[in-house]
Amino acid sequence: MYFDTIIAGFGGQGVLLMGNVLAYAAMQAGKQVTYMPVYGVEMRGGTANCTVVISDRPVGSPIIHEPVSAVVMNRPSAEKFGPMVKKKGHVFVNASLVKAGQFETRAKRVSWVPTLELANEVGNSRLANMVMLGAVVQGSGVLTVQQLADALTGALDPRYHKMIPANVQALEAGARFVSEQKAA
Amino acid sequence: MARRVMIKGNEAIAMGAIEAGCRYYFGYPITPQTDIPEYLSAAMPKVGGVFLQAESEVAAINMLLGAAATGARAMTSSSSPGISLKQEGISYLAGSQIPGVIVNMSRSGPGLGGIHPSQGDYFQSTRGGGHGDYRTLVLAPSTAQENYDLTMLAFDLADKYRNPVMVLGDALIGQIKEPVELKSYRKKPKDKPWALTGAKGRHGHILKSLFLADGELTDHNWMLAKKYKSMEKEVRFETYRADDAELLLVAFGSVGRILRTSVDILRDKGKAVGLLRPITLFPFPNKAVRQAADKAKVLMVMEMSTGQMVEDVRLAAECACPVDFYGRPPGSIPTPDELAKEAMKIWRKRGLK
Repeated sequence: MYFDTIIAGFGGQGVLLMGNVLAYAAMQAGKQVTYMPVYGVEMRGGTANCTVVISDRPVGSPIIHEPVSAVVMNRPSAEKFGPMVKKKGHVFVNASLVKAGQFETRAKRVSWVPTLELANEVGNSRLANMVMLGAVVQGSGVLTVQQLADALTGALDPRYHKMIPANVQALEAGARFVSEQKAA
Repeated sequence: MARRVMIKGNEAIAMGAIEAGCRYYFGYPITPQTDIPEYLSAAMPKVGGVFLQAESEVAAINMLLGAAATGARAMTSSSSPGISLKQEGISYLAGSQIPGVIVNMSRSGPGLGGIHPSQGDYFQSTRGGGHGDYRTLVLAPSTAQENYDLTMLAFDLADKYRNPVMVLGDALIGQIKEPVELKSYRKKPKDKPWALTGAKGRHGHILKSLFLADGELTDHNWMLAKKYKSMEKEVRFETYRADDAELLLVAFGSVGRILRTSVDILRDKGKAVGLLRPITLFPFPNKAVRQAADKAKVLMVMEMSTGQMVEDVRLAAECACPVDFYGRPPGSIPTPDELAKEAMKIWRKRGLK
């Protein structure tokens, strides 16, 4: 089993938290995993990204130039990381901010997830990142939504634990959206 | 069972230090190691320890010298340019035989360079670094787990040899987040009869590096040289799929871990390629390299520099087989695929089958 992804977006969209929750869940599932935050000279209002690698074998490189998947939460990220994804790969696009034709990719599969709309249905637009994370695990099969939900206690600071039920709802909403797309 | 946590490489260093009984940390912020002082600024007061942000790297290393002279376990950390500033203090620690742990999460140089990972501090770490004829023990972790484990070991080795010990990582090893098993520190720290603890009821101790009497400094240097020689028994290294390897790759730290995947890629293609990863850079695993040079047809060193450890590998191999090199100066981190391709170039050039 091997999976890697670059998760990217604006600073403040919660992309690093997505990576942390995914990596924490992978650790709890007994996998080998690395999480690497973007490393460089970043500025406020700029883009943020992280790379998560999950495998049955020890992970050699935590940095990937040709990822199996990318999660792009805004247009600059789609333009930067969309073209890097492998041919057999999968791009998860935040359809609330990125439209078709705005970026290039050779990836076979592209999932358009209206994260903001789905997060608003759950009751909080700030849950858009968790909606997307639910969609990613459902679409890739790397972990289950339940495994992500179980990771929230460990991955989130205790002062946010009261938000866990809403986060779980958001994860489920994203996962449901992807399975309904598949069925359709 | 030990607790398994998901932490940054830098945090693993800080946690390992506290677990090993370090209660004094002196430092000054610099990317990419600032997570270490950040973590310790919160954690040290909770265990009754001291976290002190010094006014400079020079001040920090001299505070370490002072604290360690009293027998306490003390640490400082920095990154390449900051480590350069500490060299005078490290030389004094070595000369006065005061133990201390110095962490270098190195970045790229020379000069202010950049914040990318680099292995360009290999010479500085393994050749003493400051003035005078001395050595520091150098440990090179390649995972967050090793950051934790080797930091604890660093304190033991420092006390055992009354010598500064360097933990040499890089930006990648510091910034990566991985699962780490938080094993308990079980050793009983060594007694330190030489420490400055107040001379009540006994003669005073003197810890110094100034020896002006006739022949005194000669004796001191020979004594130190014997001590460095005796460190050879601390050699640590790891091999991976090396037993039947015709092409044996040699790399440390971050390149060492990336090459594990390159070896798997090449083995899947039926090529007999393996890996030798030195964990102690001083003492260097000379014997292991020499034996590998007898067994393999070619050795190939890979480093994130234009070539430093390759010199030690060539010395150790004693021309028993060819030693090739691939270097990547700072700017981008090589991927397992890229390094596998470089290995294949040598495979073909040397006519391996």
